[in-house]
Amino acid sequence: MSAVIDPTRSAGSPNSNQSGAGAPLLSLQDVHTWFELRKFGFGSAGSVRAVDGVSFDLRRGQSIAVVGESGCGKSSLMKTILGLHKPTEGELLFEGNPLSAMDRTAMREYRAQVGYVQQDPFGALAPFMKIERILEEPLIVQKVRSSAERKRRVAEVMEEVRLTPVDDFLGKFPHMLSGGQQQRVVIARAMILRPKLIVADEPVSMLDASVRVEVLRLMQTLQQEHNLGVIYITHDLSTVRYFAERIFVMYAGKLIEKAHVDELLRNSLHPYTNALLAAIPDPDARNAIELREVPPGEPPNLIDPPPGCRFHPRCAEAIEGLCEVKIPPDFEPQPGHSVDCWLYDQ
Amino acid sequence: MRVFSILRKYPSAAVGSFLILCLVVLAIYAPIALPYGEAIRLWRGGEGVWKESPKNARPAWYNAFGYNLPETIILDSTKDENLKERTVLTETMTDVFLSFPFDFTYDDFPQELQVFFQAEFDEKRPLIEMKWITPDGREIEFSDMTIQGNATYYVEQDEKLARDFDGQAPIHVLFADPNSETPTPLKGRYELQVAGLVFEDEADIDAQMIAYGKVYGLAGTDHKRRDLMVALLWGAPIALALGLIVSVVSGGASLIIAAVGVWYGGWIDALIQRITEVNMTLPGLSILIMVATFYSKSIWVMFGVLTLLGIFSGGIKSSRALFLQVKESPFIEAAQTYGAGSWRIITRYMIPRILPTLIPGVIGAIPGVVFTEATLSVLGLGDPLLPTWGKILNDARVNGALFQGQYYWVLEPSLLLMLTGLGFAMVGFALDRVFNPRLRDV
Amino acid sequence: MSKHVTSSHVTSSRETSDKNLLKVEDLRLYYRTGQGIVKAVDGINFEMKRNEAMVILGESGCGKTSLTRALLRLLPNNIEQYTGKVYLNGLNIMELSEDNFRREVRWSKISMVPQAAMNSLNPVLRVGDQVTEPLTTHSNTSKSDAMEKAAAIFQSVGVPVDFLNRYAFELSGGMRQRTAIAMALITDPDLIILDEPTSALDVLTQANIMNVLKQIKWESNTSFILITHDISTSSELADRVAVMYAGQMVEVSDAERFFSQPQHPYSQKLLASVPKLRQIAEPEFITGQPPSLLALPSGCRFAKRCPSRFEPCDQVPPMIHEAGRRVQCWLVDPQYADAREMTS
Repeated sequence: MSAVIDPTRSAGSPNSNQSGAGAPLLSLQDVHTWFELRKFGFGSAGSVRAVDGVSFDLRRGQSIAVVGESGCGKSSLMKTILGLHKPTEGELLFEGNPLSAMDRTAMREYRAQVGYVQQDPFGALAPFMKIERILEEPLIVQKVRSSAERKRRVAEVMEEVRLTPVDDFLGKFPHMLSGGQQQRVVIARAMILRPKLIVADEPVSMLDASVRVEVLRLMQTLQQEHNLGVIYITHDLSTVRYFAERIFVMYAGKLIEKAHVDELLRNSLHPYTNALLAAIPDPDARNAIELREVPPGEPPNLIDPPPGCRFHPRCAEAIEGLCEVKIPPDFEPQPGHSVDCWLYDQ
Repeated sequence: MRVFSILRKYPSAAVGSFLILCLVVLAIYAPIALPYGEAIRLWRGGEGVWKESPKNARPAWYNAFGYNLPETIILDSTKDENLKERTVLTETMTDVFLSFPFDFTYDDFPQELQVFFQAEFDEKRPLIEMKWITPDGREIEFSDMTIQGNATYYVEQDEKLARDFDGQAPIHVLFADPNSETPTPLKGRYELQVAGLVFEDEADIDAQMIAYGKVYGLAGTDHKRRDLMVALLWGAPIALALGLIVSVVSGGASLIIAAVGVWYGGWIDALIQRITEVNMTLPGLSILIMVATFYSKSIWVMFGVLTLLGIFSGGIKSSRALFLQVKESPFIEAAQTYGAGSWRIITRYMIPRILPTLIPGVIGAIPGVVFTEATLSVLGLGDPLLPTWGKILNDARVNGALFQGQYYWVLEPSLLLMLTGLGFAMVGFALDRVFNPRLRDV
Repeated sequence: MSKHVTSSHVTSSRETSDKNLLKVEDLRLYYRTGQGIVKAVDGINFEMKRNEAMVILGESGCGKTSLTRALLRLLPNNIEQYTGKVYLNGLNIMELSEDNFRREVRWSKISMVPQAAMNSLNPVLRVGDQVTEPLTTHSNTSKSDAMEKAAAIFQSVGVPVDFLNRYAFELSGGMRQRTAIAMALITDPDLIILDEPTSALDVLTQANIMNVLKQIKWESNTSFILITHDISTSSELADRVAVMYAGQMVEVSDAERFFSQPQHPYSQKLLASVPKLRQIAEPEFITGQPPSLLALPSGCRFAKRCPSRFEPCDQVPPMIHEAGRRVQCWLVDPQYADAREMTS
């Protein structure tokens, strides 16, 4: 296995069932998810613009990382993809079918196709259920009626996440497992309905350093074996380069830069991305010598974001008269690398 | 279970559990020893049911404290042939001689002396003369009587004795030692002789003499001569059943309603909260009093009202706080993503999550229910037919028990009520510490 | 605010003062629990100089939070053993009475920013009241003087001064963490212990907080103990690094040599498991889990997971002192130099 993900590898993998032709697995088209704040009584006190114009395509076998700080809207984006929130504008398409047109049955099938790996492994598992029951629940909900069939699938998925010997774990409660093991159960649960898409929200940030790599490797293996599409949401840029092909940087509800991982790390364009990368230390004693450069201010409030480019109040390179007035569209200075910044307006 | 191993560490839980166990044993024993129908019949009293028991008698073990109070002495000619002797005098007259000897060894006088006659005859009523013989040989004559069917002689009402002995209490007349200054009973062998004359061949007289004691049974008796054990025993299953059913049903209903409110939010939650708030400010006891006074005192009605009042109470508020937290849990979110429906999430995920923490509350609520029933009964608003502890207290209060020094009448039901409350409360608090780790002593 | 600092701030603090600020000898803290005795701190030794920042690295369950409690004597009820010597400026503070310790050491000489401090601010008090509290309770400072000092500190940590009048919930996570740091600074302590100060924060906020700590260190004479599992961030402040595993310190070294050439296999694995942004090497992971502090193995506690395990590891390895660093490992023992050759 080579050190860095080869961007061409997954697309050409033997399990890939399309190579550009046919509808993408997931397609977001100018999706907005706004939450209305109700004033006491009647009337509205504005909206939280959590997702404010997000578009991208994802095919099977591809993985993207959505990177951003807290408050940038990435959790809301994830919940919109998972079907927990309805977009207020724009369209979300799964295999060409719009979510907005789905009835309850279709939504249930959609939910079976999307697996969710959460951040807090302990919180994600019902503490009063045994592992076996936890894993059977999605099957029961999705109307797999035969108990034997369910047990078979539970054992199958436990093997895949390497929680063996299976029988040792099935009868245990979540608190009897270590953090890493708990997270594997969460992954197993996400996989048990044989989804095509996995959404992982900071899957390793609550695990110890030594365990993180193990879990991320597992996810990578599962992705390759099942040709899954993976959306990986994180604020830890250092892990991204090992486990995703493309990075989307999110700021104040928008995807302000999208590129392949190596390209972004080598040649980041957006001033915010630059700031993020500059702020991440590697373990090196020389870090103690200087202050690290950090853009001033804080991420904007999503209820009342700054006009124009959302980053302009903190941007050292803001163009006066332009950046604070007009929202920059997607520019593509290089193929496959888009950035929402007036600096790249050709 | 893990629960029991932790529970063992708390002595209060052990004591409380023991008390509850005793209560349960009592509650199971009651319907076995004394079936429900029988208990109701006894409690209702009526014709001759409690004829042979004394009124307001103390419990028999009272004598263990150095007293020597009399027990009831019963002699019955229908049961013992030797007591009767028939002598035919003439064709038309037969002498029926009944003799009731007994030993009296007590330090206090019997409460009452009654003789119950049963006579069989056609037309002519038998004549009765009675003579009382004391251990020191004195003979005292009672009034003569003609009896009809079943007649009862009450020594208290004997005018002849009253006249002959000039105002002295009849029972003292019969039993007092003439030589002592203060009335003290004379110990020894007494005899009541009943000389009856019947005027027909087939006619006969039978009698039963009862010298009512001042102690009786395990628990004593009340003003209607009822053995208090009936009500003390039966009070247990009634209290237990009432407490458990009301507590569990209202606890369970509160749980589900709170969960539904929290899950659906919006106006449903608001409605439930408003109903709860209004209900909490209403005075529960007053409502129960009104219902009992104007509508019905039946125990079933009380069950229903207590349950209803209990559902929309503080339990919903605290459950709601817990549910609000649980609702945000990641595993609930995960359940939504794999397609679980609202009902499944409420019943299989949210409720099981907080159920253990509510168990102590349910157990702790039981004594409250029991006390409420007792309170209503004491006020005279309880179910009049049921033998409950509260009813005993009510009878005691109405009949001035404390003024008359009949402390046992008040203490026995109070003690049982108290122990019940204590038992459940202690177990409830201990369980609280088991289920709520933050309260544990490390 | 200069970004580049002259090298005199960087070189080893050996030259600033050769008297140790803190010297810890054989510190032990054992808890008594329902399942047995937990040996959370099992014989810790280290020293610190003035104006030095020491990072204590370790994963969850290694006992690092218990170490803070042991140093500050913030003990729960179920203590089985609490022994050792802690010399602060030459005085063994373990021998102080509870009262004296509270008055003179805790928060006046050694203060703390506990884990998730930003979430433990009192929600019903104004920020200013909370920040001044350590000063008004530990010394006879008047409230107004204390407020002035709080304002000055807020400026130095980068929080707007008018936030003193606000409530905790009105501040962002980064601001709250800075408030917690201000609370620890206000009594001018000799030593501040920070337990995972940046773990719940975003990248930019983390960088900001580390900048704040750096500046405090450069501008005052305070020493820091920084306890964390985040190796990359720890390198921002570290002068020296100590690695904790299963209640013991397995390696203590200066930062430069630690990050470039760690000696203990566990340290090596820890560093190797960190994904690095600017280097190509793929991160590794460590199999297995740390031993439970209830049932510690005899012999070297890391042996079960150690790739370089060999015979002597069944015995407890000695602490080898070598060129100013300490490593508790047989591999560093000169006797077994050949074994080291084989595994390096």
